[in-house]
Amino acid sequence: MSQGSGLSLLGRLNNSANALGFIFMLPAAAILLVFLTYPLGLGMWLGLTDTKIGRDGVFVGLENYKSLAEDSVFWLSVFNTVFYTAVASFFKFFLGLWLALLLNENIKFKSFMRAILLLPWIVPTTLSAIAFWWIYDSQFSIISWVLVKAGLIDKYINFLGDGWNARFSVIAANIWRGIPFVAISLLAGLQTISPSLYEAATIDGASPWQRFRHITYPLLTPIIAIVMTFSVLFTFTDFQLIYVITRGGPVNATHLMATLSFQRAIPGGQLAEGAAIAMAMVPFLIGAILISFFGLQRRAWQQGTKD
Amino acid sequence: MSDNDKTNVAPGPVYSEGGMDFLVTRQRRLVTVYAPLAVFTFVLLFPFYWMTITAFKGNDDLYNYEKYSPFWVSNPTLANVKKLLFDTAYPEWLFNTMLVSVSSTCIALFASVLAAYAIERLRFKGSKWVGLGVYAAYLVPPSILFIPLATMVFKLDLFDTRWALILTYPTFLIPFCTWLLMGYFKSIPYELEECALIDGATRLEILIKIVLPLAVPGLISAGIFAFTLSWNEFIYALTFISSSEVKTVPVGVITELVDGDVYHWGSLMAGALFGSIPVAILYSFFVEYYVAGMTGAVKE
Repeated sequence: MSQGSGLSLLGRLNNSANALGFIFMLPAAAILLVFLTYPLGLGMWLGLTDTKIGRDGVFVGLENYKSLAEDSVFWLSVFNTVFYTAVASFFKFFLGLWLALLLNENIKFKSFMRAILLLPWIVPTTLSAIAFWWIYDSQFSIISWVLVKAGLIDKYINFLGDGWNARFSVIAANIWRGIPFVAISLLAGLQTISPSLYEAATIDGASPWQRFRHITYPLLTPIIAIVMTFSVLFTFTDFQLIYVITRGGPVNATHLMATLSFQRAIPGGQLAEGAAIAMAMVPFLIGAILISFFGLQRRAWQQGTKD
Repeated sequence: MSDNDKTNVAPGPVYSEGGMDFLVTRQRRLVTVYAPLAVFTFVLLFPFYWMTITAFKGNDDLYNYEKYSPFWVSNPTLANVKKLLFDTAYPEWLFNTMLVSVSSTCIALFASVLAAYAIERLRFKGSKWVGLGVYAAYLVPPSILFIPLATMVFKLDLFDTRWALILTYPTFLIPFCTWLLMGYFKSIPYELEECALIDGATRLEILIKIVLPLAVPGLISAGIFAFTLSWNEFIYALTFISSSEVKTVPVGVITELVDGDVYHWGSLMAGALFGSIPVAILYSFFVEYYVAGMTGAVKE
């Protein structure tokens, strides 16, 4: 900016935080408004129409939701989603916390361990899911083979052919993938806890459980709240694992809301119905976000600051 | 964060390396720490081992567990890899994935740097709300957006093109990167900027010459993370793409290597392996940045 042009347009823009802020926000805001906010609204609208692939629909009110309310497959998918999320999140939390506590010990090759244990999380889920698909194969499953050889079972487990077996198989794969995220995030939280607290407690005669219960757990709560919110959010809207391993089968036993929504909308062509199923997930997601919000609130309260 | 880690590994200057380990016997540690850790490591890594050895097994090895032990490769073969590279469009899928991931990462980084700087440092009117909005955007999952996005992609005539992916991936990259970078910008002393402002630098100059060089670790974290997220993306690519030559690796492997009821496990595993290696290599170079990005985003 040369002297004397202080009143030029650029000069004024440079001095105004509002104008400059607007310009700086423009690229991000444009992309997010066009490809995120607008589709979110469009999705709500589609759920209220009878749109099919290749045909624009007309407004039909809550028809889609009414027919979903009587659709047993939809309710099965809701049950599956809640069950899948609850069981998987429960185990991800406990196993993840356990792994974090183990990694927080003074072990050898700590960074190396941390690095390789994160692998399940960084490798594309679809691709690791293929490995699980193969591990769960009805004839060549390595798990069945080992168990048969060890004499624990006498015939191969039908991992993906039976409803409940299939549910637990995909849940196991989901837990496998989610543990590293929970563990590494919680480990970061554990590392911020001062060791002097533990030393003081030990001198006072606290048992390991008491040290965990009264030092680790309260100080870790804010991070737990956030990590678990994300974990629940990702698990609830999971699509890839199911699509690759079971495609919702056998007989819809593993269909989640996301996979059912895809199946109805894209191969089935019923865009409106798919959108309605997707929108039915929103209340659950809002619930998860509120939990995260209150988790943050609690942290602010614990730190005694206002923000 | 990486600095933090170094100090945290040996906590505080006063404490000895082992902390309070002297209170616990060696045998006890073996049972309570190393044994469970070994089980975790085995379970978390076994699928990769299984994927790798299956990729190099021939059909005899693959299906005859009685004659050949399933746990290693008796007659290693490159037939699966050869089939993958020469009989399928796999190289094209790799190229597409690379192209789409790099482009969307660049777009996302550009938009996020400006947005994060504006929200964190310009403090324009309503910037706090915009920041919250970005956080909310991060919580919108692709599985509820893909249907309306599919109709938009169709109307915009982008269906079955790489542009459909390059333009939609930033929707989940920008919120994450912005949030991450806001944390990094926050840690840069404001005084540096004030000095530059007094010396007559424009905001853009400050951003490019002062803030960005100091935020390089953050940029690397955000970039790596964005790249991995794009590389792993599945549902948009599955919905918006139908021709083999524009597919990405995850979609190509799932939709084209499985034909009918005959699963070519060898080439499927090879496909999975070679689709994972690029992210694994990138990750191995930048583990610290990756972990920092992940934990930073959670902690903010």
